Amino acid sequence: MEKVIIIGAGPAGISAALYAVRGNLDPLVINNGIGALEKAEKIENYYGLEHPLSGQELYDTGIGQAKALGVRMLDAQVLGVGGFDTFVVKTTEGDFETQSLILATGSKRAAPKIPGVKEFEGKGVSYCAICDAFFYRGKDVAVLGNGDFAMHEAKELSNTASTVTIYTNGEEPEFTPEENISVNTMKIQSVEGGDLVSGIRLAPDVQAQEINAEAGQQANDFCPTEGVFIAMGTAGSTEIARQMGAELTEKGNIKVNENMETTIPGLYAAGDCTGGLLQVAKAVYEGAQAGINAGKYVRSLK
Amino acid sequence: MAKEITTANFETEVLKSEKPVLIDFWATWCGPCMRQGPVVEELAEEGYAVGKVDVDQNMALAQQFRVVSIPTLILFKDGAEVKRFVGLTSKEELKSALEG
Repeated sequence: MEKVIIIGAGPAGISAALYAVRGNLDPLVINNGIGALEKAEKIENYYGLEHPLSGQELYDTGIGQAKALGVRMLDAQVLGVGGFDTFVVKTTEGDFETQSLILATGSKRAAPKIPGVKEFEGKGVSYCAICDAFFYRGKDVAVLGNGDFAMHEAKELSNTASTVTIYTNGEEPEFTPEENISVNTMKIQSVEGGDLVSGIRLAPDVQAQEINAEAGQQANDFCPTEGVFIAMGTAGSTEIARQMGAELTEKGNIKVNENMETTIPGLYAAGDCTGGLLQVAKAVYEGAQAGINAGKYVRSLK
Repeated sequence: MAKEITTANFETEVLKSEKPVLIDFWATWCGPCMRQGPVVEELAEEGYAVGKVDVDQNMALAQQFRVVSIPTLILFKDGAEVKRFVGLTSKEELKSALEG
C-alpha cells in the first residue's frame, strides 16, 4: 500500500511530490503525459526564469528535480480509481492501492461540444460505466471517446450490454482493438432522442454521400443506441473525480477548499483541474498545499 | 434514517405523502451513490422526508421513472415528480428544493 499517489507530472504534481517526499511519504508519481505545458513555447512570467524556458524544458527539469530527491515515477495511463476508504488506482501498468491520492493531470482535452450530450445527461448519456451499466442489460450502447480509458469503459459495459461500439468522433483509434467491441471513426453530429436517447447522428461524410447518391441511396448516418457513455481522451482529473463521487464546480472543475481537499477525505486536487488561473505559479502553490495536506492526512490515519 | 422505499411501499410513502419527499435512486456498486448516501441521511436527520430506492432490488421503480443514471434524486410533491437531480448533488441544493 502506497501512502500517497500523485497522478500527473506537471508543475502541480511535481510540486506535490517535492513536499510529499520531504514529508517522508515516499510518493509515487504516475506520469500520463505532458499536457498543457507542451504548448508553451516560452515561459517568462515564472519566478526565477531570467532565461525563459519552454514548457517542455520546465516539465523535464521538474521531473529531473523530483527524481533527484528520490521520487518514484511511473509512465502509465490511468483508467480509473476504485476503492472506498483507500484508493485503488487502475492503470495500464497495473493497479496501485494508496491511502491518499492527489489529482494533478491538468485540464487538457476539453470534451468537444456535441449537441445533445448535455441535454441527455441522465437520460441515456452517462459518465460512469460502472455505475450505470446495470441499466443497459441486453441493450446496444455506445462509448464516445478514444484511448485506453474509452476501451476500459467499453469493456466494463460489454459484460452487461448486448453490443458496445466505440465512437472516436473522427479520430484514429488509439487503443488495442478487442474482438467484441466495434469501432466507428466517423465524426458525430449529435446525440438524438425523445424522452431518452435513441441514437447517434453521424456527420455527413461527403465521399460516402456521393457514392450513395450514385447508387441512388440515402446515406445511413443514424446509429440507434440506448446509452451513450462519455470517455473522452484519457481519464483526466475531472473524469476520475466525477466517477469517484467528488463534487465538481458549476464550471466542471474539481471542487477544493483552501487546503486542496476535495469533498472526499484523502483525495486532493491541484493545478489546472481545479480551475482559476491556468498558470505555473498557481499550480506550484496548489501542489505544495496538496502534498503537505496529504501528508497530514496519512499521519492522522495512524 | 432515510426510509427504504420499495415497489410495495412506494404509493403510501411517496405518492400519498403530505410532505414533499426526496427519493434517492442508488446502488452499492456506484461510487458517487455511496458519497450521496450520507448527505441524504443528514437531510433525514434534520426532519425532511427522504427515502432511498435500491435500484438493484427495485428495477421496476427505476424503469417507471426512467432512471438510467445513478445517483438520481427525484422530489415528489402531492404524488407527482416536481424536480430531478442527476449525479452527485450537494446538500444545499437538495435542501433548497425541499423547502421551495
